[in-house]
Amino acid sequence: MKIRVKINGQDRSFEIDPSEYLLDTLRKNGYMSVKRGCDTGSCGACTVLLDGRPVISCSVLSASVDGHEITTAEGIANQMKEYMHALASEGADQCGFCQPGLLVMIYYLKKMIDKGLIERDKETVRRYLIGNLCRCSGYLPQERAIFRFLGVD
Amino acid sequence: MDQVKKSIIKKDAFALISGMPVYTDDLAPKDALVIKILRSPHPFARIKNIDVSEALKVKGVELVLTHKDVPRKPITRAGQGYPEPSPYDKFILDEYVRYVGDEVAIVAAEDEFAAEEALKKIKVDYEILEPVLDFEEAECNTSIIHPEKEAFSQFDIGYMPEKNIAASYSMEVGDVDKLIEECEKDPDCVLIKRRYYTQAQAHVMLEPHASFAYIDLHGRLVIVSSTQTPFHVRRQVSMVLDIPIKSIRVIKPRIGGGFGGKQALHGELITALVTWKTKKPSKLVYTRREVFEATYTRHPMRFDITLGAKKDGTLKLIDVEVLSDTGAYGEHALTTLMVAGSKTLPLYNKVEGVRFRGKVVYTNKVPAGAYRGYGAIQGNFVLESAMDELAQELGIDPVDLRLKNVIREGETSPIFKIMGEGREGVEMIVRSCKLEEAIKRVVELSGWKEKRSKSERNGSKVRGLGFAIAMQGSGIANIDMASAILKLNDDGSFNLLVGATDLGTGSDTILAQIAAEELGVSTDDIIVYSSDTDLTPFDTGAYASSTTYVSGNAVRLAAKKMLKLIKEEAAKMLNVSPDEITWDGKVLRAGDKEISLKDLATKLYYTENQKQLVADASFVGPESPPPYAATIAEVEVDTETGKVDVLKYYTVLDIGTPINPNLAKVQVEGATMQGLGMTLYEDVKYSGTGRLLTNNLMYYKIPSRLDVPEIHVEFLESYEPTGPFGAKSVAEIGIDTPPAAVANAIYSAVGVRIRELPITPEKVFSALKGGMKS
Repeated sequence: MKIRVKINGQDRSFEIDPSEYLLDTLRKNGYMSVKRGCDTGSCGACTVLLDGRPVISCSVLSASVDGHEITTAEGIANQMKEYMHALASEGADQCGFCQPGLLVMIYYLKKMIDKGLIERDKETVRRYLIGNLCRCSGYLPQERAIFRFLGVD
Repeated sequence: MDQVKKSIIKKDAFALISGMPVYTDDLAPKDALVIKILRSPHPFARIKNIDVSEALKVKGVELVLTHKDVPRKPITRAGQGYPEPSPYDKFILDEYVRYVGDEVAIVAAEDEFAAEEALKKIKVDYEILEPVLDFEEAECNTSIIHPEKEAFSQFDIGYMPEKNIAASYSMEVGDVDKLIEECEKDPDCVLIKRRYYTQAQAHVMLEPHASFAYIDLHGRLVIVSSTQTPFHVRRQVSMVLDIPIKSIRVIKPRIGGGFGGKQALHGELITALVTWKTKKPSKLVYTRREVFEATYTRHPMRFDITLGAKKDGTLKLIDVEVLSDTGAYGEHALTTLMVAGSKTLPLYNKVEGVRFRGKVVYTNKVPAGAYRGYGAIQGNFVLESAMDELAQELGIDPVDLRLKNVIREGETSPIFKIMGEGREGVEMIVRSCKLEEAIKRVVELSGWKEKRSKSERNGSKVRGLGFAIAMQGSGIANIDMASAILKLNDDGSFNLLVGATDLGTGSDTILAQIAAEELGVSTDDIIVYSSDTDLTPFDTGAYASSTTYVSGNAVRLAAKKMLKLIKEEAAKMLNVSPDEITWDGKVLRAGDKEISLKDLATKLYYTENQKQLVADASFVGPESPPPYAATIAEVEVDTETGKVDVLKYYTVLDIGTPINPNLAKVQVEGATMQGLGMTLYEDVKYSGTGRLLTNNLMYYKIPSRLDVPEIHVEFLESYEPTGPFGAKSVAEIGIDTPPAAVANAIYSAVGVRIRELPITPEKVFSALKGGMKS
């Protein structure tokens, strides 16, 4: 079947299998920032925005996004330079595999916090990010950078 | 000194964070055949018959391989230096399957759907054999896991397959039995004997194992893999598939974490085989389930430890006996066992007698292999818990007991010489050791003295502090070799080519910093290319805490040579002798004559004394200087539920010079969380029939953001004279202390001693019910 989606502001259409997941559709079509880290929706490495809200693309059927808008790390990285610098300055990027998914979450959190829709508070931010696993850093350097970037204390 | 001891941003940071396509699966050709593996549903069975005819009929299937179609050559997939200290006990595919997840058949197809469909159509007739699932019953069991005649070991590693023993080892300094006997009789002596268990842990690097292969324009086989050891991959693929080394190229792109799990070959042999047979590109990306079921775990171990000491706290003897479980294959069997001794026992170098013995047995479970800490975390939990128990028996503060007995700068231990990795070690005087200072500092930071003297209770919750120390190594002395090439470009920048393998730790950047420091230039002017067997010189790979020390030393030596070459060429250009040349990082001067490096390089390329400046160097560590850590954990135990919360965690380390303090600190923070995971909940579990239960991230829990305590990491001023700019290793040391520090803290809080990891609420609760400290 065919779906039409707007990805990172561009209109695209894809021929998909009805049983296909968004993660696979995106990777097949070159959006390699979307990573597969698990098979169970547990790791957050495949996080993208669907109509502006974060979803784990391994658990969204591609057929269900027909007519919707998708944002991946590729589409927002150039707006996130300050964050990327904060993260890199802490040495928190490490192996990097969880980073694009995390970047998408931070982009979302920043917007929501600035609009006053999410509380500017460490524990709140931590809970929003609980689904983004990292095995390299012990989370601490990530959080030093994230809290600084989001102006959270 | 301005390029080392400096927290420079990782060179690949922005590419990684922004999601550039830099990992193996991102780079695989779109038309690559997709490989899927049929895996054994039985823990132990013989394939009586296998019929692939229906699978071959599936549209899009290119190839189906069974044990009848692959070379019958035993190998070890361990990914160690040659000859490996691990038994050659694995075939690409075999008539026998030895654990649930073992490879039965290989399918390569146009797409995943066809490959999956074909897997379902392979008919296998198994003769089910009695599995060995309990490692304490493996030795001399009637079920022999490796009956095959072809398996062998390259040298004596105590390999006795007829007894289900993959490796065994023993050593003794002094007469330990006699010392134990004396201690038993001496009223002035205290002797404790204890049994401990450590569990299997899964690595859970975020990127699953992946590799792809293709044939290049010269007809050579190119393998791109998420490996920690590209040169070992090249050697082993050559050996098993009978393809000359010169016809193989292995490239490691960025990899999404390893922690030892990607030291071994998982998948590379299969992609290589499929591509070599079909001449078509192929790829194999493990599912997370396959990573859990069919790669590696940490070796579970049982320890019996005896400590003897005088009542004044002088440690007299240490006796350790280990039983280790290597699962279905013996990869790293001997070396993890030996490291449990060699990276713990020298901490207490003044004992009169020390003995270390052990056996590593086969079972029908997921093979155990290399995992950060590698024997040391197991050994450390046991030794440092037992030292705490001894302190309790003696009525001495655990810190004072360590201070009385620990190794100090300028001292040695007979263990260094006796126990290497898989063979004899090297004699070594400890040239840098700030362990005593680390202990004193962590005591001060944590408020140990004040907090230990009063028990803090809040309703059902009780707090306590626990202490542990640790050591590691820096590479494998006399075995691991690394090399580096530096090439001057016509703008005065340098290419640094290293075989070393950056797993995400930032080692490419750290090696560039070392080169820059020696050359006197900026790290920005060093362009690093690593881990490509065609284009970079040899390196054993990223394991055993080796890259900063071993590869770093090679880089430093290459940089020294390059600087000498530059001065020689500048001297010719300026018509002076090389001794007269001074260098400030930009300009070469002699008296009033000068030439910038950029001008010199441009002239060398195009106009005068034309040549390419290249310098290379190799390094083998003559010793393996240990980094040290002293740690205090503060926990809160809920006496109603047995739940343990780590509140604060202080660790002070001597890693020599931290080349990049930020990256060093992150190594310790990350290692600490992996260690705390192993301490409190991570556990690889099987059903009664040998099926892995913890085969996804819902059943196998790794620490999340909410599990992180306050962690304080501090590095002491220290300088290792044999290290590059004083550096030692930092990759593994941080994982060693969490289990004992936490176990000791729990004891201090509620008086129960948990001797079996992980320390779950159930265990603490049951122990509390069995009797609580008043």
